[in-house]
Amino acid sequence: MLEKQSNLKALFYLAPAMVLLSVFTFYPLFNAFFLAFLKDYEFLLRSARGYTLFGNFKNVITDPDFVIAMKNTSVITFVSVPISVMVALLISVALNSVKKLQGAFQTIFFLPYVTNAIAIGMAFAFIFHADYGLLNTILGWFGINPINWVGLNASWNNAMFALLVYTVWGGLAFKIMVFLSGLQSIDKQYYDAARVDATPRRRVLTKITIPLLSPMIFYITVTSFIGAFKAYRTIVGMFGETLRPPGTLSKDSLITIVGLVYDALAHADATGKMSEAAAASIILFSITMIFTLVQMQISKRRVHF
Amino acid sequence: MENNTMNRTRIRTIIFKVFVYTFLVGFAIFVLIPFYWMVLTSFKSFEQVRTEVPPSLFIGFKELRIIENYTSAWLAAPYWEYMLRTVAVAAISTIGTIFTTIFAAFAFARLNFKGRDILFLALISTMMIPGEMFVITNYITVSNLGWYQSVGQTQLEAMLALTMPFMTSVFYLFFLRQAFKQIPDELYLAAKVDGTSDWKYLWKIMVPIASPTIITIIILNAMGTWSAYIWPKLVAGPYPLVTNGLREAYQDFFGIVNYSQQMAAALIVTLPLLIVFLFLKKYIMRGVSRSGIKG
Repeated sequence: MLEKQSNLKALFYLAPAMVLLSVFTFYPLFNAFFLAFLKDYEFLLRSARGYTLFGNFKNVITDPDFVIAMKNTSVITFVSVPISVMVALLISVALNSVKKLQGAFQTIFFLPYVTNAIAIGMAFAFIFHADYGLLNTILGWFGINPINWVGLNASWNNAMFALLVYTVWGGLAFKIMVFLSGLQSIDKQYYDAARVDATPRRRVLTKITIPLLSPMIFYITVTSFIGAFKAYRTIVGMFGETLRPPGTLSKDSLITIVGLVYDALAHADATGKMSEAAAASIILFSITMIFTLVQMQISKRRVHF
Repeated sequence: MENNTMNRTRIRTIIFKVFVYTFLVGFAIFVLIPFYWMVLTSFKSFEQVRTEVPPSLFIGFKELRIIENYTSAWLAAPYWEYMLRTVAVAAISTIGTIFTTIFAAFAFARLNFKGRDILFLALISTMMIPGEMFVITNYITVSNLGWYQSVGQTQLEAMLALTMPFMTSVFYLFFLRQAFKQIPDELYLAAKVDGTSDWKYLWKIMVPIASPTIITIIILNAMGTWSAYIWPKLVAGPYPLVTNGLREAYQDFFGIVNYSQQMAAALIVTLPLLIVFLFLKKYIMRGVSRSGIKG
């Protein structure tokens, strides 16, 4: 930097953002840890009975909902992300290979990104409706009897399947955008060379495109894992705030870790609930942190060819 | 012989093209289905939706109900009020975000000060932290500041609670700093020689050059407010935003859900986003593909 130090001037420019960030970003970060170690915190009185090291974490983990939330969150993450990454990759490669209508397709594929998760969740719930839904209508053409996907007493498997379809749908747009911009930045020389050698298309895809795109594929996969781990609004959209099909028991709930945090926060007035929310958010943070660290480690070592 | 292989490659290329387009059209249909189903259902009458099993996938001109579901959806909740409030919250938080991030991004991109790199690193590392961690304490902070109480919250208090935590953003600050960084140093030096102050340089040179990025930020931020659901529900119960209002379209009497009304409400909320997107596609797509962080 050519400029000499100008601390006072910098302070002037930084102050508005820094004051806001201190109050609403930095302080909450430390306070989450503080809250998580308070014993019997009463939110209404803003008082606690001393400290506890693992008490709140224990309450979160031993809550039967925690196991359910972990299961749901893992299923959502490890099923929807690989599928949507693969599909997005295929779509981007296909999209990159055509000239006509490329812009129109690009616009269509991007639509899910700009829509409202709750509104589209409602639409998906109706697509999966047992009697009036589109999916069962189509299945009916093939002689398959109506399936109770998301209705009264729907099974966990069916409800989860519906949620996964919606999650994949919602996750495609962003990935396609990033893959497409990655594909367009690959040096054309590789493809020219392949053409001279008359390399078959499949080999071009597996030996040139995918290896060159691999850092991006990896990056998107990990960030999508993190994103999917925070699933919540899609479930509210499809199932409402109960986070499960009507009439089902809590063991069939589609609650996620984030759902657990907000559930605790919704009962913040009860003793210790605020601390449990903080503890659950720290658990969420630790898990996403592991993904991030793995990503950093691997992308440091990884070279694309 | 030569001709034969030529023909064969040609046929292969055509087959390949057909295959690629079929694939793309198939997935385009998959992406569009929820929108189609939403629009279709919102045009059917309550009775039609209720009695037709299986439902028809198209709608005849005679059955078309263009207005009735939209009026009943519109009347199910005070949407005007929700939309106005959402627009107000989006405007306030976006203006706030623009100013605070322009200032801070300028400092990080242009000025030299003690601890700059460490501070910047600390800022961008907060982007890895899930928002839920902040929400908990922000809920307490907003209550402590008197902006939220479960009984007797005023409109002004609700507005403060809805906007103040979103008057800046690390993500947009980072994004804008990148744009500022691309402006060549020579421009700054030339301005310095001419005696231009930093303040003037920022507003007359840097902001205009970075205006595409600023427009992207405005759009993404406004769209984010339109889709906000959790925070408004937590801290502004009596003053919901438009996405919260969607829940009221779920109202059912005696266990009968009015799906056509529900879909009309969903479309009322989705449509403004789609319109904004179609008109400002360029800015939104560029922002998303370049950032590669959000998602």
